[in-house]
Amino acid sequence: MPDADHRIYLLAGAALFAIGFYSLLVQAHLLRRIMALNVMGSGVFLVYIALAAQTPGPIPDPVPHAMVLTGIVVSVCATALALALADRVQAATGRVELLDDEDAAAPSDTTPVASDEHKGKPSA
Amino acid sequence: MNVHGLLLLGILLSSFVTGLVIFFLKEESHRLRIGLNLLGAAAKLIFVVALIMGVYRGQTYALAFEFLPGIEFALGADANSVLFVTLSTVLWFWTTLYAVGYLEHSPHRRRFFGFFSLCVTATTGLALSANLITFLTFFELLTVSTYPLVVHRGTKEAMRGGKIYLAYTLTGGAVLLLAVAWLHSLAGPVVFKERGVLQALASSHPTELQIIFLLFMIGLGVKAAIVPLHGWLPKAMVAPAPVSALLHAVAVVKAGAFGIVRIVYDVYGADTAAQLGVLHPLAIAAGVTIVYGSVQALFQDELKKRLAYSTVSQVSYIVLGVAILGPAATIGGLAHLVHQGLMKITLFFGAGNYAEALGIHRVSEMNGVGRRMPLTTAAFTIAALGMIGVPPLAGYVSKWYLQKGAIQAGEEWVALVLGASSLLNAAYFLPILYRAWFLSPPEQPAQEHRFGRGETHWMLVLPPLVTAALVIWAGVFAESPFSPLAWVKLIAAREYGP
Amino acid sequence: MIAASAIALLILAPLAAAALAFALPKLGRWLALGTAVVAGAAIVQLTRAVLAGGVQTHRVGGWGAPLGIDLRADGLALLMLMVTACICTAISLYAQGYFRSGHDDEAPHRERYFWPLFLFLWTALNALFLSADIFNLYVTLELLGFAAVTLVALAGKRAALTAALRYLFVSLSASLFYLLGVGLVYGQCATVDLASLASKAQPGPTLWVALALMTGGLIAKAALFPLHFWLPPAHANAPAPVSALLSALVVKGSFYILLRLWFEAFPALMTPGVAQLFGGLGAAAILWGSVQALLQARLKLLIAYSTVAQLGYLFLLFPLAAEREGGFVAWSGGLIFLGAHACAKTAMFLAAGNILHAAGHDRIKDLDGITHSLPISAFAFGMAGLSLVGLPPSSGFAGKWLLLNSALAQGQWWWVAVIFIGSLLAAGYVVRVITHAFTRVAEPTTQNPIPPVMEWTALTLALLAVGLGFASHWVAELLRVGAPVIGPVLMGGAAS
Repeated sequence: MPDADHRIYLLAGAALFAIGFYSLLVQAHLLRRIMALNVMGSGVFLVYIALAAQTPGPIPDPVPHAMVLTGIVVSVCATALALALADRVQAATGRVELLDDEDAAAPSDTTPVASDEHKGKPSA
Repeated sequence: MNVHGLLLLGILLSSFVTGLVIFFLKEESHRLRIGLNLLGAAAKLIFVVALIMGVYRGQTYALAFEFLPGIEFALGADANSVLFVTLSTVLWFWTTLYAVGYLEHSPHRRRFFGFFSLCVTATTGLALSANLITFLTFFELLTVSTYPLVVHRGTKEAMRGGKIYLAYTLTGGAVLLLAVAWLHSLAGPVVFKERGVLQALASSHPTELQIIFLLFMIGLGVKAAIVPLHGWLPKAMVAPAPVSALLHAVAVVKAGAFGIVRIVYDVYGADTAAQLGVLHPLAIAAGVTIVYGSVQALFQDELKKRLAYSTVSQVSYIVLGVAILGPAATIGGLAHLVHQGLMKITLFFGAGNYAEALGIHRVSEMNGVGRRMPLTTAAFTIAALGMIGVPPLAGYVSKWYLQKGAIQAGEEWVALVLGASSLLNAAYFLPILYRAWFLSPPEQPAQEHRFGRGETHWMLVLPPLVTAALVIWAGVFAESPFSPLAWVKLIAAREYGP
Repeated sequence: MIAASAIALLILAPLAAAALAFALPKLGRWLALGTAVVAGAAIVQLTRAVLAGGVQTHRVGGWGAPLGIDLRADGLALLMLMVTACICTAISLYAQGYFRSGHDDEAPHRERYFWPLFLFLWTALNALFLSADIFNLYVTLELLGFAAVTLVALAGKRAALTAALRYLFVSLSASLFYLLGVGLVYGQCATVDLASLASKAQPGPTLWVALALMTGGLIAKAALFPLHFWLPPAHANAPAPVSALLSALVVKGSFYILLRLWFEAFPALMTPGVAQLFGGLGAAAILWGSVQALLQARLKLLIAYSTVAQLGYLFLLFPLAAEREGGFVAWSGGLIFLGAHACAKTAMFLAAGNILHAAGHDRIKDLDGITHSLPISAFAFGMAGLSLVGLPPSSGFAGKWLLLNSALAQGQWWWVAVIFIGSLLAAGYVVRVITHAFTRVAEPTTQNPIPPVMEWTALTLALLAVGLGFASHWVAELLRVGAPVIGPVLMGGAAS
């Protein structure tokens, strides 16, 4: 029956979303967190498609499909941005995780004055 | 809004524009700055004289435009406004002159005179406010513009004094805002009107009006230095003498006292306030302050601190006059608003002269100053005798009316308080006078600072002489039609009359 | 229709400018200034149209809802657009001086990317405020997030990159929560158009879950306590103009969506309990943020925590305006406060940026010598502080006054206490910084020169924050158009 089918997909989508979110919170490695975000996204899209299948008749509702397509585009851009940033973070800190204590570093607006970078003027 | 409202604008702008322009001048342009200051003060004086004549003849002045949704920003001039605005304008002129002389070699004069002018603008705005919101606006602007003056010297003590000053005044301002907001939520936009606007509300919401009155008194009482909210005043003595003179005689404490006058007479109305039973506690608070201030003054050796506690005590005379029902007490209180201003400013000018020319800061160092600085000490003496209440000086006149009002209202304890206070005043002023005139100066003067011929710079001597003369005039010619007392009688007539 | 083209122009102009700025980096600042002019003109036209004719609509491409995208301008949207244009114009002027003034080798490189990203951010904001359906809001929200994150990372330092990535994670996950909620709403109501949702929505578990998801995501993006943790590091480590943009505008975008959702789309679901909950979180934000600001050692962190606190005031709007029949006072108060905060906070960050630039550091206790030689910036900071504390006649005061009036008239005393304490705490942290402007210094410290435009934009915005209090009645009138709450402009008087 269509109802039972779409409910399974709904639940699957919700489960993916939850798993993804949990991983985002718990994992430390940047790549895993980015993948977790993607899993969350996939969960949301699955929910949309399941809702689209809810309409009676052979043709599913096109509006949620359009929304999913938009969402996929946004998600691709988001992943690209996140990967690029993660790469820069790794280059700057040497670690592939987000560390809390680094945030207390001097918010100087001039060139980086981190101890392991020797270029740039020292702050006044 | 009418054409005459432009006069009000002129009064405000004369000091506001002066202040703005001064901020943009270079630090070195001394002459230009002095000229601008005096020009602004003179212009304001002329406008104020025009205002006095107009209000006397019954002309109305109004300037209003919409500010907050449903509430206007409104300026107006009634008899009360004229009293306060005249006092501020006259004293501003002489304090400016004094400040120019006093700060002759100080740094940051541009900043000083800029904020000085803004401070006067705020005081003038307070006087000319026609409703509570406008009053609140200028009240807070006063706090903000006086802070840079208090911390002008930039030393650690100055900054600490400034922080305490802000802590008290901003908290007081917040309480005042609460009172104003609450009153508005009950009564809608509140304008100042002779005899008050809350008669109807007093019957329907008496408890709330009582609590609101308490909040008003706390908020205004901080600036008016009512005990126990007076703590900032002695600490603010770190400011240079012209600032202390201005703060004590004209601006901050008078603003608080004037606010109390407005609330009791033009918001609540004297009869409504009495009916709500809020005047009696106010009178008691004032009485306590009077005695406490006088007692504390006795124990201060630093001259400015002694004068500070004297202010705490004397400003509450005004509050006492307001808190006692009846025209005589009103006359006494309001007259004292002017008289105390004149006397206190003279005293502070004197204290400033002693500090600048002779390096004297303490009463114990004042032996024989009468011989070295006779003119200053003469002015100081007149003002001190006035504060004690010696006839025929100004202080005597206001105290006489207060006594009369107290007895008329059946509050004999007030007469006792006033008497005790006069005795205490004598106790802490007469020794100073004795030292100054009758003891010989020490061998080594503290730090003498010669300003050429004569006892000191003429700009430091002329203002106290003028204000002392005004103290004499206000007392001797009190019953003539041209005295502050005559104007105050007019106000009382409009408040209590048919 | 002129109004319709004005609406379209407000989105197209900055978008085109952004693309051009990317292709022709040398023209970056001129494109930004050009956009400011065009946006200003469009807003004037739109305001006239809205005041005369009510809410204005534009169907993109001629296709209306539900398949097409509708853009709608009412009083609220117009206010947000105005605030955005004002702040962005100031930033356009400031940033020119900012990037030219450093002796920092990377500045030209950073400037190259600043302009397109900044214009992109402006586009996203305008589109967000003009959107009329909740899915489009998601798209604009994401665009906004991307632009903001990249701008934060522009500083290039380790702390900035870390803060940016953390911000990105928060932003993306929050958006996904929001998107999930949108899906559930669509599943229930078969529409995503804000205007028609009110009639189609039936309170039930699905909608509650959907709203909870959407609200959760939006609260994280708006940095409401307790999901505010990402904001201080991001705002403090970004370059000064970026910090200003973030505090003044970006977080307000999510708040705006929350307003639209709860007051326009699903008013039936806003029970008193929910409203008080929002208010409670707002109160916690005010108290927590202010206390944290008092404890900070660095200026930009102080200002960032101040933002956390001031955002709490906005959430007080929920319990106070929830009473639909008399809530207009709180509605106008909260939104006037929003505009006031945007101007004042921008001025503060710009002034702080000047100080940082001149001194090379922003440790508050060591600031004595610097503020002496930067009187304009110090004065700007002071004026902005005036508005933040809520002293009359500033617009911050106008907003607080209206909130107070509403709270007192409705008998919700606890918010009165919160506003009172919040103002005093704000005075505390502002005074902390201001005192350093007046302390005596033994010898002046050396410092880097600041281009005048940087100081003057800060001062102008601060003066606007203070002076616009006088325009508050006009703003309230504007907000009436299309407002979801009604009532008098002021409570009290004969009504009591």
